[in-house]
Amino acid sequence: MSTTITETATINNPKPDQPDNAPEHCPGTESTDAGKASACEGCPNQTTCQTAPKGPDPDLPIIRSRMAAIQHKIMILSGKGGVGKSTFTSQLSWAMSADDTKEVGIMDVDICGPSIPTVMGLVGETVHHSASGWSPVYVQENLGVMSIGFLLPDEKNAVIWRGPKKNGLIKQFLKDVDWGENMDYLLVDTPPGTSDEHLSCVNYLKESGIDGAVLITTPQEVALQDVRKEIDFCRKTGIPILGLVENMSGFVCPNCKGESEIFAASTGGAQALADEQGLELLGKVPLDPRIGQSSDYGLNFLEEYPDSPATTAYLDIIDKITQKVE
Amino acid sequence: MDLDSPVVKRLQNVKSIILVLSGKGGVGKSSVATQLALSATTSTNAKVGLLDVDLTGPSLPRMLGLDGHSVHMGLHGQGWVPVHADRAGKLSVMSIAFLLKSKNDAVVWRGPKKSAMIRQFLADVKWDCDTLIIDTPPGTSDEHIALTEHLAPLADRIHAVIVTTPQAVALSDVQKEITFARTVGIPILGLIENMSGYACPHCADCTNVFSTGGGESLAKREHILFLGKVPIDPLLVKLLDDIKILQMKKEEQAKQGGITLSVQDQEAISTTLIERYQSIPTYKVFESIARRILEAVH
Repeated sequence: MSTTITETATINNPKPDQPDNAPEHCPGTESTDAGKASACEGCPNQTTCQTAPKGPDPDLPIIRSRMAAIQHKIMILSGKGGVGKSTFTSQLSWAMSADDTKEVGIMDVDICGPSIPTVMGLVGETVHHSASGWSPVYVQENLGVMSIGFLLPDEKNAVIWRGPKKNGLIKQFLKDVDWGENMDYLLVDTPPGTSDEHLSCVNYLKESGIDGAVLITTPQEVALQDVRKEIDFCRKTGIPILGLVENMSGFVCPNCKGESEIFAASTGGAQALADEQGLELLGKVPLDPRIGQSSDYGLNFLEEYPDSPATTAYLDIIDKITQKVE
Repeated sequence: MDLDSPVVKRLQNVKSIILVLSGKGGVGKSSVATQLALSATTSTNAKVGLLDVDLTGPSLPRMLGLDGHSVHMGLHGQGWVPVHADRAGKLSVMSIAFLLKSKNDAVVWRGPKKSAMIRQFLADVKWDCDTLIIDTPPGTSDEHIALTEHLAPLADRIHAVIVTTPQAVALSDVQKEITFARTVGIPILGLIENMSGYACPHCADCTNVFSTGGGESLAKREHILFLGKVPIDPLLVKLLDDIKILQMKKEEQAKQGGITLSVQDQEAISTTLIERYQSIPTYKVFESIARRILEAVH
């Protein structure tokens, strides 16, 4: 193979609402200046930008008034999949709702791979419609859950949707779900990545305020690398980061009690990343095989195994989070 | 169906395309894709291409020790030249990570931009390979729809390998991916149960960290060939992470000259990734799985 190498290829990685071929000072397609700014002269997208509907989304005020009733909104994020976002969300919700005076809700915006119904023990539940909107599924009196899993006729169903349809559903979750009066915490469980679901949540929730994001990772470098991207996403979109949680951190053999690292923190783990990025490491949760089992059966791990070191770690982290947002 | 599309023209000499799929994230798609590619290059004479379509969380460059490499434009509209992972040029890799200015950059893109990038990866990269292995992100959305649309004219050469971990939470997402593959008509070659058990290094007692057998029973229920169980191997995690540490040490040594590398490190640097991969326990387990996959597609 003989190829003469000429130049290095890179991609423009502009703001989310700037097209790839946008000029240098593009105001962004969502700006009121779109198509009209001086930078737009000669841009191939000028006509599209000029004719596209402008102004604020008419649904935004509805979302704002719905969300205004919720005291705190916390997003659970991670660049990487399978690091324990949904498991952490469930523990957080159980710990918060252990206080009878608090109302807690979980919104699962992982449209293609909703895990929340399984980890909360709600598989097969359906959502009811009423005059005041969709009613979440309640685990207990003060803990409500909303997920696309409740809207599918069968667990086998794949949701083969492109971005806009996913965004439509997220908007509906925010606009039409009746979370009740005065909810204290809304926990938003997200899919891995930095794409449609994340942008939509941020765009729709920003106006009514997001308290912050908790970033979940596992100790190995391959996972940390994706979390770095999620940190960049939070900074680009202006979401405060409450801190990092290192999951699956070390393993204690149930047979010989010997400790070992399954996912070795060879580059320093979440602590090194937190230091590097000036963030707080909220804590490390050791890998306990019973966490996975509890999640599979939809059980409250904290209540089932109060003496596990993982429970202590979880509760300590959850304490820090509630203190930070209060 | 467009038989003359740029994608079809570009991939006309590729004999087989293997999609590594899983509804769930973090089950080991990228590590399976990497191992499959390494096994294919060592056990056959085939040239292998490895395409990473996980645009917001690309892991392949990291795993192959190719962080910091960049892609070049060939002359005369030959397109992007993929990065070679070995000296012989048998394994070429393409990922969005090679196009980013900084590895910490988030790619905050909605669907249409992701779809356009994937079309470019298929149509504009100078793929010179017999087997093209495609690593996908979790889910059943834009990336997956884009792939199936562009590859539709090549349907007779496409196969999917499904990766899962044993626990119920993963299985329900993977079930959805199986439904997806069937809906779009991609034949499923088989299912791999990854992270199935972990042997304690102190007592060699095997713990089922994420339970076990779930993948096997899912395969049975769905009448899919079960390709095998792969236990968690901390040595594999270490192997893939070590590349970065070695690179960091090497760079530091070059910069300051004062740091002496241990004999182990020196050995590790002088042996290739493929050689080191062949020395860990997972290699043997995975080799038989890879052989079954490659026999089936060739």
